[in-house]
Amino acid sequence: MGNKQTIFTPQQLDAYQDCTFFTRKEILRLFYRYRDLAPQLVPLDYTDKPDVTLPYELIGSMPELKDNPFRQRIAEVFSEHGDGNMTLDDFLDMFSALSEMAPRDLKAYYAFKIYDFNNDDYICKSDLEKTVNKLTRNELTPEEVSLVCDKVIYEADADNDGKLSLEDFQHMIIRAPDFL
Amino acid sequence: KDKEGDDRKEEDSCSQQNISSKRKNYQRKNSDGKRAGKEGSRQREGGKKAPTKDQKESENKEKKTTRKGKEGENKQKKDRKNSISSASSNSSDEDSLSEEELAMLMEQVEQKKKLISTMRNKPWRMVKKLSVLREAQGFVEKFEGALGKGKGKKLYAYKMMMAKKWVKFKRDFDNFKTQCIPWEMKIKEVESHFGSSVASYFIFLRWMYGVNLVLFGLIFGLVIIPEVLMGMPYGSMPRKTVPRAEQATAMDFSVLWDFEGYIKYSALFYGYYNNQRTIGWLKYRLPMAYFMVGISVFGYSLMVVIRSMARNANESTADGDDNNFVFSWKMFTSWDYLIGNPETADNKFASITTSFKESIVDEQESNKDENIHLRRFLRVLANVLIICCLCGSGYLIYFVVKRSQTFSKMQNVGWYERNEVEIVMSLLGMFCPPLFETIAALENYHPRIGLKWQLGRIFALFLGNLYTFLLALMDDVNEKLAEEDVVKNITHWTLLVHHNSSMGNDSTATPPPLDPADMPRGPCWETTVGIEFVRLTVSDILVTYITILVGDFIRACFVRFVNYCWCWDLEAGFPSYAEFDISGNVLGLIFNQGMIWMGSFYAPGLVGINVLRLLTSMYFQCWAVMSSNVPHERVFKASKSNNFYMGLLLLILFLSLLPVAYTIMSLPPSFDCGPFSGKKRMYEVIQETIELDFPLFVAKIFSYVANPGLIIPAILLMVLAIYYLNAVAKAYQRANAELKKKMQMQREEEKNKRNNKASTNPMLQDLEDLLTPSTRSESHPKQTEDKKTESPNRTSPVGKQGKAAVPDGSPMTGGRGAAFTLPPHVFVTQPPALGVRAPYPGQPRPRGHPLGPVRASGRGQPRY
Repeated sequence: MGNKQTIFTPQQLDAYQDCTFFTRKEILRLFYRYRDLAPQLVPLDYTDKPDVTLPYELIGSMPELKDNPFRQRIAEVFSEHGDGNMTLDDFLDMFSALSEMAPRDLKAYYAFKIYDFNNDDYICKSDLEKTVNKLTRNELTPEEVSLVCDKVIYEADADNDGKLSLEDFQHMIIRAPDFL
Repeated sequence: KDKEGDDRKEEDSCSQQNISSKRKNYQRKNSDGKRAGKEGSRQREGGKKAPTKDQKESENKEKKTTRKGKEGENKQKKDRKNSISSASSNSSDEDSLSEEELAMLMEQVEQKKKLISTMRNKPWRMVKKLSVLREAQGFVEKFEGALGKGKGKKLYAYKMMMAKKWVKFKRDFDNFKTQCIPWEMKIKEVESHFGSSVASYFIFLRWMYGVNLVLFGLIFGLVIIPEVLMGMPYGSMPRKTVPRAEQATAMDFSVLWDFEGYIKYSALFYGYYNNQRTIGWLKYRLPMAYFMVGISVFGYSLMVVIRSMARNANESTADGDDNNFVFSWKMFTSWDYLIGNPETADNKFASITTSFKESIVDEQESNKDENIHLRRFLRVLANVLIICCLCGSGYLIYFVVKRSQTFSKMQNVGWYERNEVEIVMSLLGMFCPPLFETIAALENYHPRIGLKWQLGRIFALFLGNLYTFLLALMDDVNEKLAEEDVVKNITHWTLLVHHNSSMGNDSTATPPPLDPADMPRGPCWETTVGIEFVRLTVSDILVTYITILVGDFIRACFVRFVNYCWCWDLEAGFPSYAEFDISGNVLGLIFNQGMIWMGSFYAPGLVGINVLRLLTSMYFQCWAVMSSNVPHERVFKASKSNNFYMGLLLLILFLSLLPVAYTIMSLPPSFDCGPFSGKKRMYEVIQETIELDFPLFVAKIFSYVANPGLIIPAILLMVLAIYYLNAVAKAYQRANAELKKKMQMQREEEKNKRNNKASTNPMLQDLEDLLTPSTRSESHPKQTEDKKTESPNRTSPVGKQGKAAVPDGSPMTGGRGAAFTLPPHVFVTQPPALGVRAPYPGQPRPRGHPLGPVRASGRGQPRY
């Protein structure tokens, strides 16, 4: 225990607990996960907030994300500069939002961000096409893809601007039985 | 590639801009807050001089910013603004007001506190969260002490301190609690390999283990331990001694394996307990405790199951009954974010692709009839086949049970004849589910629905088996009861004879007591029932483990190693590896739990066996699933609420409650074994306790309460309450559906308007453009005048703006406007019963479609 205490000060730990959905143990565990990605880069002492960023290649190779078709988007959304490189804070943020304790609203917000490939605050048709192609590994024909995208927009677009805004998206996704 | 790179750059800069603008906005807000705080403190120091001018200025500025500011969190800002403005107006009205200032400050502190507690729900960057958190905490720290005055101050400070301590304690306790949850990593590992549906089984298993642990604690701590420590020792009385005839073989393994011999006469079974009212120096009322524990096992289980069901029901939203969003859901929620295994991911990709293709085909040929007819026919056929299977298995069990009754009368029957019932039941449980699964392939349901059907069918099978078994057991019990009467007389007679003979031999001394082993005794049907349940449980455990070992492990080994020298590919071809059988395992668990509940009254040790079983099966199955199973071909997610499992559990809990309640209420307990011997009915132990141990008036109250004249109205009242609540729930549901429908209509109408607009003649558009400035200029003074009255009106100008802006080709402005208009479903609150939306003011569009045809045409038309 005494060894662990030196990574964060108790104040830091408390602050992190206030800002995420994790308990102390989980935060420490996440820290070790983060550190294991690049032991030579990440110091064992975070009390003075060193400025360390891990490149996307390392983040994307985590087993949690390795097989996820949206791993790049996830990393981009949660990283501070949108380039997929993450500090420990971003890392904690990401896992906090993806954890099962996070409320659906928050999840919906981040899911929207993730599916919004071109960062224009709307999910437009090109975003949808990218999503479908990622989900099916390009196994649908372009006609099928565009049909699916049209259907999605038809179903979920409540204000008829031809693209999904955050409200549309939340409205649609909150009642999905599969949305964890 | 280059282009993409450019895009990316652009996006980056865009997002950075976004972020920075947000941050700016946010900082502004912060500074507002700080200023407010400072003002508050200054006011307090300065006392009477209220800096009204300054405040008004700031107020104005804020108004402007709120009007201009289009990024998020303006609700909070408004709140703050409101509080400030109200405070300032107050301060300009009157002059003293330290109280109001205090109240204001208090409000702010509360707000900050709320912010702290909801910090984790904010979609901000961690850096921002941390800084905001620090700031808010600092604010709270600073001003908390200043609140309250005089006597109240100390109390307030104390209260705050306690609150802080409480929060800290709660957090530590939470930390502790998460550390106590076992097998978290194991389950996560399984989850990442097999998707969340398989993991849901293990989570259920863990939950079950927890419940059983509590039951075990109850029974072990309140019944078994007191009896062992304080009760009469083994051999002191007939019910605690192995009879003379059995003593020679009582320690043989084969006898012990059948739970006869020494085990039968141990504290594991009902018969061992004595009917002494109190035992030991503690005067522990064991029969009473036995009865109460038996009841509270059911009570606790019911409570836990129902509570977790209610919690799940709260968490889960609509069950996806409306099929408005088929494609959207498929697109956005079909990936299981918990998958972390390439093979599973491959399967998942394949299944998503097929599901997309399927729904495309469905969409294209939704009115093709033969397909549906064929499917319907197949489904009916499958159901008929399965019902036949169920009837067959029911008859088989009935037949076997009848046969076993004749066997039990015969002497020297073989091992097979003795265990025929168990063997047949286990075999049925082993072979029927795969058969059902094969039949269910005809039906072609979505795997999650298919799983539910499968679960329901196997459940029916198990239930039928269980109840046939119970009926046979009942027959047995009735026979034993008849036998008991005879034995009772014999016992009396033996005692009498013994007495007389000893009297005859030696008339002076008291007769030497008869050795307890020689005493003739009744069949003690409770112990028999308990033994049956224990045997069934143990054989069930064995069958489950052997099935896993043979069906999964050996098969996997065979496939893996024989594949090198075989003529076809074993891994891809026929035997291949086994999939994890979720439905069978879940049901096995539930069914097993039902037996535990039923049997624990007659065999208190049964719960201990079950705890061991769950513990070992957690490790064993985790190992088996990781070592020798492959992910499902159609990987699917378990929906978050596993209320279906819980529902089954509740059903079986209720069904297992019935026979136990029946025996307690209406069968006489055995006369020479168990804690209730000598009483007419088991529940008399309560009456006895009340009469002897409580003051008289309690007995009186109890007799009044137990009066049917009081119970029947109470039941009636409950029924009425249920009826009323049900009606209310239905009404809410209907209102909900109505609202949903209205929303839908609204959308359709909106869509149509848009479609029509694209094709309207330019005349109208021109007219509209002419009219917009006037409406705008009208709305402007309004805005500046009064914020609150403006808000209901606001939708119209902004909506108009958005519309007017679209032809200009700048979707951003339109979009921004749209983002801040109230979303269209807000309109639902207006009664759209007219079927025609009232046109916007100044919008010359008298086209009022009746709804029906509009909706029909909306589908066919191009949408943009």
